[in-house]
Amino acid sequence: MKTLELGYFHIKDIVIGSESKIENGVLYVDEAAVKALVLEDENIKDVHFDVARPGESVRITPVKDVIEPRVKVEGPGGIFPGMISKVEAVGSGKTYCLKDMAVVTAGKIVGFQEGLIDMSGPGADYTPFSKTINFCVVCEPADFLLATDPTATLPIENAKKPEYEKAVRMAGLKVAAYLGELARNLTPDETETFSTPNLKEGMEMFPDLPRVVYVAMLQTQGLLHDTYVYGVDAKRTLSTMLWPTEIMDGCIVSGNCVSACDKNPTYIHENNPVVHELFKQHGKTLNFVGVIITNENVYLADKQRSSDWAAKLCELLGVDGAIVTQEGFGNPDTDLIMNTVKIEKKGVKTTIVTDEYAGQDGKSQSLADADQLADAVVTGGNANQVIVLPKMDKLIGMLDYVDVIAGSHAGSLREDGSIEAEIQILTSCNNEMGFGKLSAR
Amino acid sequence: MSYKVVHYINQFFANIGGEEMAHVAPELREGFVGPGMALNNAWKGEAEIVNTIVCGDSYFAEHEKEAKEQILGWVKEIKPDFFIAGPAFNAGRYGYACANICIAVQELGIPVLTGMYTENPGADYKEKVMIVATRDSAAGMRQAAPAMAKLAMKLMKGEKIGASVEEGYMNMGIRVNMFEKERGAKRAVDMLIKKLNNQPFVTEYPMPSFDRVAPNPAIKDLSKATIALCTSGGIVPHGNPDHIESSSASHYGEYDIGGWDALTPEGWETAHGGYDPIYANANPNRVLPVDVMREFEREGVIGKLHNKFYTTVGNGTAVASAKKFAAEYAQKLVAAGVDAVIMTST
Repeated sequence: MKTLELGYFHIKDIVIGSESKIENGVLYVDEAAVKALVLEDENIKDVHFDVARPGESVRITPVKDVIEPRVKVEGPGGIFPGMISKVEAVGSGKTYCLKDMAVVTAGKIVGFQEGLIDMSGPGADYTPFSKTINFCVVCEPADFLLATDPTATLPIENAKKPEYEKAVRMAGLKVAAYLGELARNLTPDETETFSTPNLKEGMEMFPDLPRVVYVAMLQTQGLLHDTYVYGVDAKRTLSTMLWPTEIMDGCIVSGNCVSACDKNPTYIHENNPVVHELFKQHGKTLNFVGVIITNENVYLADKQRSSDWAAKLCELLGVDGAIVTQEGFGNPDTDLIMNTVKIEKKGVKTTIVTDEYAGQDGKSQSLADADQLADAVVTGGNANQVIVLPKMDKLIGMLDYVDVIAGSHAGSLREDGSIEAEIQILTSCNNEMGFGKLSAR
Repeated sequence: MSYKVVHYINQFFANIGGEEMAHVAPELREGFVGPGMALNNAWKGEAEIVNTIVCGDSYFAEHEKEAKEQILGWVKEIKPDFFIAGPAFNAGRYGYACANICIAVQELGIPVLTGMYTENPGADYKEKVMIVATRDSAAGMRQAAPAMAKLAMKLMKGEKIGASVEEGYMNMGIRVNMFEKERGAKRAVDMLIKKLNNQPFVTEYPMPSFDRVAPNPAIKDLSKATIALCTSGGIVPHGNPDHIESSSASHYGEYDIGGWDALTPEGWETAHGGYDPIYANANPNRVLPVDVMREFEREGVIGKLHNKFYTTVGNGTAVASAKKFAAEYAQKLVAAGVDAVIMTST
């Protein structure tokens, strides 16, 4: 049995000042200390911090990642293994989480895919991070990273982009780990325990329940399209298995913004909704066996190999059903259909979660690939739906790149400060792990 | 100032008569007629039916051009704010008429709405015109009229129309976003549990279906071929011994025509409830052309007419059922060495 107890601290506000502590539900952050932490990386020239609260007239853009601060207080390993902590396997013992808040990294754009969060207005309905108190980390790239061509659309020199992406990614994880650490010796407001039996135990405990595995597809297509598992670039992995609770300790972190709407930020990996919903039913209507992770590489041979492996693991485990979640759209639609068809052909029933790109008029085919065997689909909605976001009073980050975020067009940022673009630009709005309630018919 | 509405209904709902009056040409009436009252009541004065157009279902089917001309002429004069047709429930020709007259009026720039059962042949037009999904018989009027009235009012007011499942219209092939009550992960787990337990579930995104039946290669030599007759026109032996339903058939019949040179009114009849049976009963060969096939046999045009035929009633019969019947009797045809089938429908 693998058991992890999560302790929740409900954060009511964040105050930036000169000391770091959590007191009466308020998170106080020592600005100088966090700044020094971020600037350890020479790729970051400067950083400033800000707080965005639900309901405020605040816009954050460009958004790179969203992370929930956590700390491991008991049990092997530490939070974000292979990235912040050492590589020791996690998923058991006790971990504390700072709830109702998030660390949001922002700053000069690396590629086309960063996003936007509005804390109020119509956009707030579409991003889950309008409901969290956001500690924003706005980074500025070092001069030597900047594009030498002054007319370049994007400010970072091509060759240097991977370094900057990594720098900002690590900055976010460092800050989240630093803030999580503040809870180590405190008492959580509430706790929740998650237990997964091993295969043998599970079959003995629940002989009459259908056995279900969760197949999590991870985006792995290169710069701004990568995911890391225990610090390993998932492009270079064979499909494999995890205890569900390993994910809760941050063993999967995001390096990607495939389009802001359907990128899985680290926050959503940590709070994987499919894992949580399967745990709710575990021992009642199903036996939640474990998690298979598989990647979404661009090469056909990799797609064939990974989908063969995902199906093979389902077969080897002898499960009855599988939930498959995708990350991204277009190219990985082929991986999604390959996985689904191969798993179904092993006699394992699937339900898949995806989102749609049906065009602004909703009339185009939603997925780039299709198969009749994918007969149980949950959708996170059409990402091409157009929305007008009114001007917000305060901006965290910069508006310079609004017109080039995926989902925008030249002229998206209007004279009056409002934005007309596809909901695609809103961070996690069409999440394909089923984190949100947006759907389509 | 209330919205002016024109309502289109058929001869049955106008109380003119049933099948026997389906030939009546279009009539223009003042105010509401029949089910129009329910629509009017639902609108509570915000909209009202100023005129009702009544048209026989057969007239529309057989004189579509003339019917449309006449009706569009009236509509152009009246200049209504809205045009509503039906509900047609499961009446196939009525549903076809409702859908097509709405499409024609829509082209004039007037917003339209109709309603019918999802399996009504008129529902094939659901991507061209908004159709409210109703039950399969007039017993569903109590739900259909208010549902249609509500959606019609939204359209009249120019309000934003939500997704098909939210508003009760048949999916128009356009994906529309909506917020669910529960998050996607929970919906996925619930859906999988249903699927694992062989319980019905509804996918949120039906995979595009590429259901094309590729035609088999043409018969090279008809004079050597064995041809079978099949029909969905409901031709059965006198008395309908196997009780094939007049609508929504639950089974098909297999009957022997060996020795029959032509079908006779004494020996055969139609069970189909969806068309005027007089002419089929007077001469069943009009629906199942045994007489012509025997001529072809004698002249050597075909090798032979198969001695059995397969029949069911297509009226209101579910696609899934039709598929099931055919899948079964196709095997019998193949086993009997039949080369080709002539399928007649009505």
